[in-house]
Amino acid sequence: MSEIGDAITGQIDRLLNDGNGPTRLRRLEAGEWLAETWTALEEQGLTLALVPEDAGGVGLSWADAVAIWQVLGRHGAPVPVAEAMLANALLASPVEGVLTLGASDAPFGRFAAHAVTEAGVRPVTGHTPGLNLAREPRDALRLGASLTAGGPSPRAMRLGLALLRAAQMAGAARHALNLAVEWANTRKQFGRPIGKFQAIQQSLALVAGEVAALESAVGIAARAVDARGLLDAGFEIACAKIIAGEAAELAASRVHQVFAAIGITEEHELHHFTRRLWSWRDEGGSERAWAAEIGAEAISRGGAALWADITSRDVRTA
Amino acid sequence: MRFDIPNLPEGTDALRANVRAFLAGYDWGPAVRARSWMGFDRGFSRELGKRGWIGMVWPKEYGGHERSGLERTVVLEELLAQGAPVGAHWIGDRQSGPLILRLGTEEQKRRILPGIAAGELAFCIGLSEPDSGSDLASLRTKAERTNEGWKINGRKIWTTFAHLSDYMIALVRTSPAPEGGSRHAGLSQFLVDLRTPGITIRPIKDMLGEESFNEVTFDDVLLPADALLGREGAGWEQATAELAFERSGPDRVLSSFPALSAGIDAVGPEAAVPIGRLVARLNTLRGMSLSVAGMLEQGQSPAREAALVKDVGNSFEQHLPEAIRALLEPEDTPPALRALLHDLVQLSPTFSLRGGTREILRGIIARELGLR
Ligand SMILES: Cc1cc2nc3c(=O)[nH]c(=O)nc-3n(C[C@H](O)[C@H](O)[C@H](O)COP(=O)(O)OP(=O)(O)OC[C@H]3O[C@@H](n4cnc5c(N)ncnc54)[C@H](O)[C@@H]3O)c2cc1C
Repeated sequence: MSEIGDAITGQIDRLLNDGNGPTRLRRLEAGEWLAETWTALEEQGLTLALVPEDAGGVGLSWADAVAIWQVLGRHGAPVPVAEAMLANALLASPVEGVLTLGASDAPFGRFAAHAVTEAGVRPVTGHTPGLNLAREPRDALRLGASLTAGGPSPRAMRLGLALLRAAQMAGAARHALNLAVEWANTRKQFGRPIGKFQAIQQSLALVAGEVAALESAVGIAARAVDARGLLDAGFEIACAKIIAGEAAELAASRVHQVFAAIGITEEHELHHFTRRLWSWRDEGGSERAWAAEIGAEAISRGGAALWADITSRDVRTA
Repeated sequence: MRFDIPNLPEGTDALRANVRAFLAGYDWGPAVRARSWMGFDRGFSRELGKRGWIGMVWPKEYGGHERSGLERTVVLEELLAQGAPVGAHWIGDRQSGPLILRLGTEEQKRRILPGIAAGELAFCIGLSEPDSGSDLASLRTKAERTNEGWKINGRKIWTTFAHLSDYMIALVRTSPAPEGGSRHAGLSQFLVDLRTPGITIRPIKDMLGEESFNEVTFDDVLLPADALLGREGAGWEQATAELAFERSGPDRVLSSFPALSAGIDAVGPEAAVPIGRLVARLNTLRGMSLSVAGMLEQGQSPAREAALVKDVGNSFEQHLPEAIRALLEPEDTPPALRALLHDLVQLSPTFSLRGGTREILRGIIARELGLR
């Protein structure tokens, strides 16, 4: 990660670590637009983070971007700043304000001024509301004529969204694990913290392995995008989204088990993160869709090519 | 814990190609490929030694080649991906040699290391005992001082390749654990020449009907003073550091890889989803293993990271043959793949036992999480 990326990541973490995290997610899920959060993050330059410096952006790398997306994921991503960051990365020249991706199931589409589609940047003129299972807005948009001559390819948008969601899932899973560890050290039964029971320790250790694998997969994918661009990092992004989907199932079921009844209450913050894991795994291509893609490629190239293919994709960064 | 992927040095592409070209000259059957680093073939190890692919990172004066740890990792990866029979030098190259290099006397280094690097000297690990498995510190084999050196009595068990090896590095008790103090105190490591009188090596047949591990009995075995390896009483710390080498390599991810490459050729396009999932996991875990290699290369001691990668890696390599089997009816499985799966299914329970059990590794991870 770059120094500036590091600094921005730390800054966002501090900003969102204001003790209001769960309240924000509750307000969002009740239909509110968190204008002050959006503004605070926009002021950090996040929406232009991936835009090159000579185009007026911050010029961060994708490795920096996934670190930022993981931090946003750890806080439940209450505003679509990651989406705006990605959308601007895919455009020839960046757009100010709230941006969403696509015209159907558009993340936070109702709050966006513009949507980035294959046709280009289009003003949002109306919407039919929709929600994913985390009760995040996923709207069908009515859009005006494109303001630009064309936009990113559907493939680039899908790859970008897959990486974005995988990174956020790494953050959400890490946070859910942290919550579970804290709870295991606090909650007492049979006269001792439940974290002293080996069954709990072994279960959370398994989650820790999966979360570490997911974080690694996301890092590998970002490294590939930095080296070769989004379109030539399809394999690594697919791997990250597949591991994300698999880790989501394991992490969510295990952390809920540790919290037991309290964890499924509306009042507890855990479900904001597990429901996001269950939602985000379906967005930007499910693990099944990505596995079908890279599995078919592996089968058509043949078993003898598999190892050579994996090693030939090794990246050297400057 | 962070698992950043290191840059493989420039020269590794050519090195990888060299190893690959060399291995293309071998056509091992499924029985060899299923065993890989559990297969003992001194002739093959000597061939690797001649090419400078053992002891790669050690100083030249001890028979090494002063290559980087990541270059070594590339060679290991290639050997494992082909399922090459590397067991005769694996332990020496992976842990015994590095231990001797770090802690041995000048004489020990000169006597031993060139032989390992040449693929001539084979090592085994003397940790487990009949009553001391996971609870290793409870071990009872003991060494007493004599006028000339040491006298060892006791028994080691599950010692892989003891019956085929030249040396064992044994962890034994040299003084009683202090009353009320740590059981980790008073342990020491010895470099044991397995030809020494008083050592009885009895192979133990495993469920495949093969002899790969052993019971090794020490009956008044007299060792010279310079058989002590490292510091008297520091055996626990030394052995724990050795475990970091033992647990960190690509051999904790790739043990059953040949089942994936062979499986891919046997399944049809309808198997794309499960194959894709396996490939994604392989690529990710291989990256994590590289990352640990990168940490070692930078002089860090990633013992906990290695435990985590071993745990996720073992689960993958254990699951892999089952996952391939689930895609094919037995009668539609090509005979070579079927033989490979038969062996791997029987070998795979060991993956999460050897080098520290799954439960022990997860205990280490739980402690890292702050749960113990
Ligand atoms: C193929 C193979 C090769 C081997 N090669 C060698 C070798 O070369 N040299 C050598 O020294 N050893 C070797 N071993 C031995 C290996 O290190 C031990 O098998 C391992 O440490 C476990 O010890 P154990 O078999 O006595 O099982 P035990 O320690 O008796 O464990 C039995 C079960 O109880 C669980 N358990 C034990 N303690 C705990 C705990 N505190 N919490 C939760 N669960 C626990 C274990 O995880 C395991 O599931 C080899 C083993 C195998 C299978």
